[in-house]
Amino acid sequence: MTVLYIGLAGIAGALARYGLSVAMNPQQVTSLPWGTLLCNLAGCLTLGFLAYLPGLKRYPDLRAALTTGFVGAFTTFSTLSWELVSMLQQQLWTIAAIYFIVSLWGGIGCIRLGRRFGLNLAAVKRGSEE
Amino acid sequence: MMSNTLGTLLLVSAGGFAGAVARYWIGSRIAERFRTSLPYGTLTVNLIGSFLLGVLWGGGADGWLMALLGSGFMGAFTTFSTLKLESEALLRQGESRTAWLYMGLSYTLGLLLAYAGYIVSITYIKL
Repeated sequence: MTVLYIGLAGIAGALARYGLSVAMNPQQVTSLPWGTLLCNLAGCLTLGFLAYLPGLKRYPDLRAALTTGFVGAFTTFSTLSWELVSMLQQQLWTIAAIYFIVSLWGGIGCIRLGRRFGLNLAAVKRGSEE
Repeated sequence: MMSNTLGTLLLVSAGGFAGAVARYWIGSRIAERFRTSLPYGTLTVNLIGSFLLGVLWGGGADGWLMALLGSGFMGAFTTFSTLKLESEALLRQGESRTAWLYMGLSYTLGLLLAYAGYIVSITYIKL
């Protein structure tokens, strides 16, 4: 059953990413693909939060659907790779470098921020229960 | 036009379902086999997906095929958030060498494979 939940949540993630990409990505990869970047960074923030939220471990199917299914499908690596290749082919070195660095470090930063939210929320909840 | 849009959304959905499930299956199989701190499962799906997306672009896949296999399947099959979650955990646990190896391999091979897929496909395949 877990597989089914992951697949269904994957549909939601893919559709949300598709919508943002159509709305925000440039037609040709000549400037920053804001849609892909937003999906990837917002996804990191969400995954950092969900992965380190201790209470969610009690619901393994829900956890798998949200993390592996939804956020996994919402964020993408293949499109990022392709967009970088496309920028390099067009010799758009500056845009490629900015996109690469923002993805590389922004992603790590968003995971850390999300993790902090998750751990803090759990601490606040523990405090109010005591 | 309306049915066209609906059709595209259905194709993205079908691809998204299959891509997420395939990532879960392949990723967990590989992770079970290679019990190392370097996350080979995520690395493998991201590299395969990057290559195949390059093939789709090089082959000139049309709107429908791109919606199903590009935006849908490859988009959901590969993942950016898990790569970052794993890298951040490695960095925080003091395994920075493994973290940088992981990110280095992901980006370097991901770009090379996407380009290789594109070149192979533009030369030999017409989608």
